[in-house]
Amino acid sequence: MQKERSEVNTLEKSLESMSRQEVEDFLYKEGDLLDHWKLDEWLTLYTADAQYLIPTNDLRSGDPENDLVYINHDFERLQALTVRLKDRRAHREYPWSNTTHLVTNVRLLGVEEECLVVTANFLVWRFRNKDTDYFVGHYRYALQLVGGQLKIRSKHILMDMTSLRPAGAISIIL
Amino acid sequence: MLHVNDFVIDKPEEELFAYHRSTMTSPEIFALEQERIFETCWLYLGHESEIPNPGDFVRRDIAGRPIFFVRSRKTGKINVFYNTCTHRGATICRQDVGNARSLQCFYHAWTFNTDGELIGVPDEESYGGYWDRKQMALQSPRVENYRGFLFVTFNPEAEDLITYLAGARQYIDDVVDGAEEGARLFGSQEGGMEILKGTHAYAVQANWKLLAENSVDGYHLGPTHETYMTFLKNQGVSMKGGLSGGEGKDLGNGHGVLENVAPWGRPIAQWIPLFGEASKPDIERIHDYLLEKFGEERGRRMTELSRNLLVFPNLVINDIMAITVRTFNPIAPDHMEVTQKELVPKGERPDLKALRLDSYLTFLGPGGFASPDDTEAMEACQQGFQAKAVEWTYMSRGFHHHPPGYTDEHHMRAFWRGWYRRMLAEE
Repeated sequence: MQKERSEVNTLEKSLESMSRQEVEDFLYKEGDLLDHWKLDEWLTLYTADAQYLIPTNDLRSGDPENDLVYINHDFERLQALTVRLKDRRAHREYPWSNTTHLVTNVRLLGVEEECLVVTANFLVWRFRNKDTDYFVGHYRYALQLVGGQLKIRSKHILMDMTSLRPAGAISIIL
Repeated sequence: MLHVNDFVIDKPEEELFAYHRSTMTSPEIFALEQERIFETCWLYLGHESEIPNPGDFVRRDIAGRPIFFVRSRKTGKINVFYNTCTHRGATICRQDVGNARSLQCFYHAWTFNTDGELIGVPDEESYGGYWDRKQMALQSPRVENYRGFLFVTFNPEAEDLITYLAGARQYIDDVVDGAEEGARLFGSQEGGMEILKGTHAYAVQANWKLLAENSVDGYHLGPTHETYMTFLKNQGVSMKGGLSGGEGKDLGNGHGVLENVAPWGRPIAQWIPLFGEASKPDIERIHDYLLEKFGEERGRRMTELSRNLLVFPNLVINDIMAITVRTFNPIAPDHMEVTQKELVPKGERPDLKALRLDSYLTFLGPGGFASPDDTEAMEACQQGFQAKAVEWTYMSRGFHHHPPGYTDEHHMRAFWRGWYRRMLAEE
């Protein structure tokens, strides 16, 4: 009964009426799927026209059409990323690292261009063999409702560290 | 205790080349490298395009030394200074990039202009007879500029840069001329190259020489980067030519280059489906234009071959699916810091530029589909060296190939010979 009721509620939802708790649950779910390496399911959280952007540490306003960024994936490229990460020949992530995505300070900034703009702070820990890597910073999401479900239209990941060091790669999904 | 002359075995007649793995782990050798390589060679500092306007500056550590370069407000010329106040030593340039009218040390407020002259000293009258303000100007290493690439050396006796670059010079010319001319075909008026804003600054827990090797190692491309090749295949890229042809070359003075045919696309001028149908005719036109402009031999090399150029000791210019300029500073025997930028022709048509930028990110950098696996490989080697029992690394591929192929190690031996010659210099 519980489950049915929540589904009905979501269908009636508009972005404007979305509560912070619902958004938080959604962001926690994304982190949880990543921590458990459920990459196919994770990909379903994104819209077909999604963007996943990580500018460099020294240019957080980086525009991928004019500046060097770390990552600028569309949906197709995100799919390719999941294919790569599931491949045992993705050597930096075989075997997979242990990660914890901590998501906090979630704020709903309102609806712009049919997207709910959400900011949050993050701390992602990555442990593998002798590596201890951390990624710290701010998420900026644009969320949409697709068939009554929240989906990610864009996720911008702005890191606070002045460089990626001591990490050698962004081999996980942040 | 090993002597320097025991580090490398070089016996071409036996087709044997090997280096002792202590060269990758020993703190003593690391210290000796600082003295005999990083204090004597020309080292890449940055590109003139990083400071286009008077007063623009960039701060960077070069082989452990704090340095900044700034465009003079008086002359428009580029000045390079050690980043230390001549008074008590504090660093005076305290941001990675910016623009300054003058540079003031915050500690006692000594002020220097963009030519390094000391122009302000609070209570200067308290200094007595010995005081000479001119003597207190900022200090500079030797600096030379080759086609926009700025190099410094801490060695007053170093040969001039052009002599130092030896055969690497021609390959820098190929990279620059090809990209510049290609952009000119579609309306770039400006000419010249520029370094984009945004830096890939990461670290590898491995000896710096492993990245020198890795950057020009054709043999690893297939196995290490199989997932990248799979990615290309899934994007409809033909793997028929695969990785083939080309050659590894010794360019003298420790420099080397790997040139080969590769399946990835090149903004000049190898189209692949990943670039989108719309760009196909234009990229093919760039290809034909460059052939016409530079002739069959040079034109084909520019357009159809990828180039991984290693300028001894720690500059890599990869002209592959885009152009990357990579330096790596040794921090410890098992730790280096990598700084990587993207070089593009100025004024490139926006859609072609966007395609070039995207092409870069597919393979290159800490978030690419390939470079993270290089990092993994280098760190795995470094960890393996700790086994100690296996003392030698063999680098003997392709002695009997004439010319050496792209999976041979001829050009990597060139690096190691340059390294060995310099390490032996004072024995």
